[in-house]
Amino acid sequence: MEWETVIGLEIHAQLATKSKIFSAAATAYGAEPNTQACAVDLGMPGVLPVLNKEAVRMAAKFGLATSSTVAERSVFARKNYFYPDLPKGYQISQYELPIVQHGILDIELEDGTTKRIGVTRAHLEEDAGKSLHEDFHGQTGVDLNRAGTPLLEIVSEPDMRSAKEAVAYMKKIHSLVRYLEICDGNMQEGSFRCDANVSVRPKGQKEFGTRAEIKNINSFRYVEKAINYEVERQIEIIENGGKIVQETRLYDANKDETRSMRAKEEANDYRYFPDPDLLPVELDAEFIEQVRATLPELPDAKKLRFVEQYGLSAYDAAVLTASRELADYYESVVTSVGSEPKLCANWVMGDVSGFLNKENKEIGESPVSAELLAGMIKRIVDNTISGKIAKDVFEAMWNGEGDADAVIDKKGLKQITDTGAIETAINDIMAKNPKQVEGYRAGQDKLLGFFVGQVMKAMGGKANPAQLNELLKKMLAG
Amino acid sequence: MALDSSTVEKIAHLARLGIDAKDVPEYARNLSDIFAFVEQLNAVDCSGVVPMAHPMEASQRLREDVVTEQNLRDKFQAHAPKVEVGLYLVPKVIE
Repeated sequence: MEWETVIGLEIHAQLATKSKIFSAAATAYGAEPNTQACAVDLGMPGVLPVLNKEAVRMAAKFGLATSSTVAERSVFARKNYFYPDLPKGYQISQYELPIVQHGILDIELEDGTTKRIGVTRAHLEEDAGKSLHEDFHGQTGVDLNRAGTPLLEIVSEPDMRSAKEAVAYMKKIHSLVRYLEICDGNMQEGSFRCDANVSVRPKGQKEFGTRAEIKNINSFRYVEKAINYEVERQIEIIENGGKIVQETRLYDANKDETRSMRAKEEANDYRYFPDPDLLPVELDAEFIEQVRATLPELPDAKKLRFVEQYGLSAYDAAVLTASRELADYYESVVTSVGSEPKLCANWVMGDVSGFLNKENKEIGESPVSAELLAGMIKRIVDNTISGKIAKDVFEAMWNGEGDADAVIDKKGLKQITDTGAIETAINDIMAKNPKQVEGYRAGQDKLLGFFVGQVMKAMGGKANPAQLNELLKKMLAG
Repeated sequence: MALDSSTVEKIAHLARLGIDAKDVPEYARNLSDIFAFVEQLNAVDCSGVVPMAHPMEASQRLREDVVTEQNLRDKFQAHAPKVEVGLYLVPKVIE
């Protein structure tokens, strides 16, 4: 039987506020345990939560960027459950009236087409603390610094049909929240994490199958692997006559498998009710328009503009606009060079990205600034150096040996465009390789590459490649 | 709506209330009576009425995003039964 996979994602994005969603304690990552957990975060008796305006503003910003409805009135509710990293015994969240609803997001698929994914809702809630299960004499250690950090939980429609689509959607949301500067997107630190609802059904069937929820996946790669594993598991169970149990599962990256988390009674019964400590949040049109005015150019719009303004392919434009920082870097290179947008794109996507990946750095940490790169590309454009030599210049700049002009000067890399000098070198190589000359003249065209290589080598790679090619052909022809 | 014993036990578990097995039938009876009493409200037609989220006719005041809390860990942890390296210690929980 042919099976269809159905996936919906719940993404938790920690909002990049300075203080917590309901208290004035700091949200900075990595502080000493419990030094940023105040009386409100600890759920001390008599405390009252007061909502952070910036968290509301960020949620609204996300709503506007996904063409969602930003609710004029939203309500906080208590989600009741017991766990030591949740001191109050309930999490303040939103249930029936979330702040953001009915949005859309277009993702690009591998075949170049786009697919529209529905954003069901995005609601504000507080994060829980952290439980550390290492051995504290058989006890669990609790750090409540994270308790009360604002989260935006972004819930998608079950619109995705493969693990790859789910990853594309997750990456798109990741890129968007960073463009909007509402979340730092740091997955190692848990600022951006995801639960995946996965089910399968016979192809063509309308009703959804029973789903399993895979919790807390914190990398794009794991999302793909976890979903693929889960799909296989479910198909196998059904094909062997079994039934899928609706349950929460955990992905174990070491074993590359999902396993049941709370096997027993966990028919999630959170008994939501409106939080009496918080009044309904009312946003007027003026507030929403103020937020709208702060929206940056969004990834899709930027991508389109890159295609139109710089004549880039859709693929190049998508790569360059994947993050706002990379797009900004590229644009300042192009602006500074003043021409050759495609050449600039190749350098940013090629050597710059390659070196960054190798050293696991972000574009903001690149030792070769946009200005330095532009300076070097200008030297390619004005024929001072060839594209090949430029690679050496780039590496030298990366290693802090100064700007392009300094490197070219110091290393004597200036391209040779003097026809006489190139001809001398060609004559010399031809004289040393009479057999190859004969072969070429007998029709072995491939030998041209041999001559290009030999002359280039003799001239220390500095001959202008176009000129060299042209002269070689002429002289070899005799 | 009548509550049976197993529902009472489930609610007690969700609320982490330790109740005596012999008291369960009585709780079930009492809770069922309460439900029957409240059930009368269903006779009221409230279509078109916005559910009340809060008894006060007011909306939430918003706070500026400023950190003003100091680190009072020592004071808070003085009340905790057990702490170690700044962590609150609780009975082992593992999922």
